[in-house]
Amino acid sequence: MKRPLKVLIAKPGLDGHDRGAKVIANALRDAGMEVVYTGLHQTPEMIIEAAVQEDVDLVSVSVLSGAHMTLIPRIRELMNTAGLADVKLIAGGIIPDHDAAELKRLPGVAGIFGPGTSTRDVVTFIEGLFPGR
Amino acid sequence: MPQLEELLAQFANGDMRAASRLMSVVERGGADAERVLDAMFPRTGRAHRIAITGPGGAGKSTLINELARAFRASGRTVGVVAEDPSSPFSGGAILGDRVRMTHAGGDTGVFVRSLASRGSENGLSALASDLADVLDAFGRDIVLLESMGASQVETRIRFSADTIVVVLTPEAGDEVQSLKSGLLEVADIVCVNKSDRGGAESLAGDLDAIMKIREKEGHWRCPVVMTSARDTGSVDTLTKALEEHGRYLDAEGRRAVRRQSSLRARLRARIDESIRSAIWQSPMLAQRFDAIFERVTAGSLPPWRAARELAESLHIESRSSR
Repeated sequence: MKRPLKVLIAKPGLDGHDRGAKVIANALRDAGMEVVYTGLHQTPEMIIEAAVQEDVDLVSVSVLSGAHMTLIPRIRELMNTAGLADVKLIAGGIIPDHDAAELKRLPGVAGIFGPGTSTRDVVTFIEGLFPGR
Repeated sequence: MPQLEELLAQFANGDMRAASRLMSVVERGGADAERVLDAMFPRTGRAHRIAITGPGGAGKSTLINELARAFRASGRTVGVVAEDPSSPFSGGAILGDRVRMTHAGGDTGVFVRSLASRGSENGLSALASDLADVLDAFGRDIVLLESMGASQVETRIRFSADTIVVVLTPEAGDEVQSLKSGLLEVADIVCVNKSDRGGAESLAGDLDAIMKIREKEGHWRCPVVMTSARDTGSVDTLTKALEEHGRYLDAEGRRAVRRQSSLRARLRARIDESIRSAIWQSPMLAQRFDAIFERVTAGSLPPWRAARELAESLHIESRSSR
């Protein structure tokens, strides 16, 4: 039996605004995915621990604070050392294009989504990462 | 993904990632899930299993976070299975219990697993008990099961744990609601949460009076404790009540008796499930169903008689199909 896609949505760092993350969580739920939402103010370590314990297929983080160039590489690195090298990472938030291009060059960072991205596009992108699921 | 044998070996060495992957194998079902559960079964029975139930919004996740913190402070390891509903429309789910479980970061002594109900109509699904088995076999001292927001008739939960905690809040309605609720009858401990709000004392008093009557009838004296997330020390009243219930179970072999009835209930539920799916998958039923349904829609046969006729034609004795 197949399990629906299981996605972790996390808010790392200090920003206190998670409406975007909740909108994405709802969109993924409506697309039939199981979404584990961690809430605000997560450290990279907390996010990795949640990803390990929940055995998710994908980790998705939302960063609005401007700390994305620190947080996203750090989360990716910790995922690799925690045995989650095969789990993909995507991110959304206020991420300028040149930063997004740089982050996407990191192995295992599958996609970066800026403001104004439609939820439909995110769902289609995620479904494309898991052909056959 | 590594082979099952390899995962089981890593699991035996205390590897959390392996435990987590084995839970996913169990969730997917099929022959591999059965192999995993076979390997778990002989290792289960050591953990104290505590089910936390009550209406949605009563504060179950927050209480579990506080309980986990308290149990960790006394040196015990904790596993949590938290179940949330799947959408009947999309099949998706939002599993939000971790939002309240903030202690877990950096402490491998707390293992939290969220689970979507996937169509199960119980507050805690059979799968939740299976995942609790994995955490028990993994060596967790305490396994907390968080049910979905429970209704008044959700009483099957009593077979899922050694201790059942029913969480209520002052705004849950007057004492008549408590009297009506079947949930209270399965409680080993009643917790009036959000006790900083008005009406908490009077609700706790009413509940306590009910429990006194039950004690006179020979039941365990179900304590009524008051907790509030605003007062972090207040969870101690709940942990003390849990310890006390643990000691009560260990006296006079009560825990063994209780586990026997749990196992019996789990076995019956599995039998129900396999018989039901076998019947619905039988091509004979599918054939006859359409024919008999036509007679029902034509108005010549009431549904209960149709059901009996169908059951008899499949050689199922139906004594009470109405």
